[in-house]
Amino acid sequence: MQVTMTVNGTEVTRDVEPRLLLVHFLRETLGLTGTHWGCDTSNCGTCVVLVDGEPVKSCTALAAMTAGHEVRTVEGMATGATLDPVQQGFMEEHGLQCGFCTPGMMLTARALLDRNPDPDEREIREAISGQICRCTGYATIVRSIRWAADHPASESTPSEVPA
Amino acid sequence: MQVPAPFDYVRATSVQNALELLERHGPEARVIAGGHSLLPMMKLRLARPEWLIDINDIGELRHITVDGDWLRVGALTRHADLLASEVVGRLFPIVHDAERVIADPVVRNRGTIGGSLGQADPAEDLTTVCDVLRARVFIAAGAGERTVDIHDFHRGPYETACEQHELMIEVRFPIRARSGSAYEKVERRVGDWAVGAAGAALWMAEDGTVADATIGLTALGLEGLAVDAAAVLIGERPSEDLFAEAADLAAAASSPVEDQRGPVDYKRHLAGELTRRVLGRALDRAAHPTVVHGG
Repeated sequence: MQVTMTVNGTEVTRDVEPRLLLVHFLRETLGLTGTHWGCDTSNCGTCVVLVDGEPVKSCTALAAMTAGHEVRTVEGMATGATLDPVQQGFMEEHGLQCGFCTPGMMLTARALLDRNPDPDEREIREAISGQICRCTGYATIVRSIRWAADHPASESTPSEVPA
Repeated sequence: MQVPAPFDYVRATSVQNALELLERHGPEARVIAGGHSLLPMMKLRLARPEWLIDINDIGELRHITVDGDWLRVGALTRHADLLASEVVGRLFPIVHDAERVIADPVVRNRGTIGGSLGQADPAEDLTTVCDVLRARVFIAAGAGERTVDIHDFHRGPYETACEQHELMIEVRFPIRARSGSAYEKVERRVGDWAVGAAGAALWMAEDGTVADATIGLTALGLEGLAVDAAAVLIGERPSEDLFAEAADLAAAASSPVEDQRGPVDYKRHLAGELTRRVLGRALDRAAHPTVVHGG
């Protein structure tokens, strides 16, 4: 079947099997491997992408069901050479070690800040409670998201996207 | 890599269209909404539908409306919608209690009330909530609609009164004065199945006695309501001793099984302790009905 959706602002149309999961559509059909694929059971949250601005576990959504909607992946966070404040926050506050959970964490953080620009620690921890990090103990992730809240886009210093 | 078996996919455009598609594609067709119960089962090949009928475009099924003495919730209403609804939290705080501990916030963006009730998992929270609130389920069938009490809707683990050719369209909750309700769950971590949970609702008489009460348990081996436990409350003035008596009866009515989440004694203890706590909180809320709890 043919599916058409908007991914990071660009409309894409592809022929897919109805059973193709969104995570594999993004990674394999479109080659956007920034979305990670982890537990396959909607527990770990590393596959989180934004669908119409809301975090969704892409291992538990079909590409077919996402047709007609807007998807945002980690590749769509930076604007040109300017990092999203959330990405900058993860750099400033060491929000990652191995990096496996990071794309999903950052997208959930982006959605949280879009809805609530000034979240307290409890709200941040609640927002990321469906996602697992085995490195940081979450403390630096929470600080990273708080950094982004304290440095919204217009105020943050533009930073080069690492090569 | 978990991949569902092949199937054909179609989007329904209306309730009537969904019923036509169910009729046309027969017993191997399944309705998909949030997909957070069905897709995992398909990935494990525990479910192998030949057709998926996607109802996510049927906007008329996603609503929260006060209609006279009823709160009407469309079957496609997401968990996140219920949790964000001020009117739900005000009228039925038990729903917000439960929604805060259903899966995790990301899953709640997709999962629906209809999907939860339809899956009828024994550890599913909203079934207990609907039992306690004496909800009614509306089902579209052919040219008409039928309605069933939640008690009759739930036929046992993974089995409901909604037949293959039918579509659950709405859940309705009766609004009654001087009521309070609460839910509490013990889980090992966010998103895990419940070790155990309890829910209760109280409807108070003007003289301060209990006019009506319901108690339900989740994942503790009780089908339907703990009728005997609730019965001791009726006509009585609430007190800690009275709630302790009801809690003991709820524990006695439970029939938990030992698993990796705990032994029988511990789970039975939870049945009693959680019942005692939710009765206290329900009473507090009945006395302070204007307080909005969360959301």
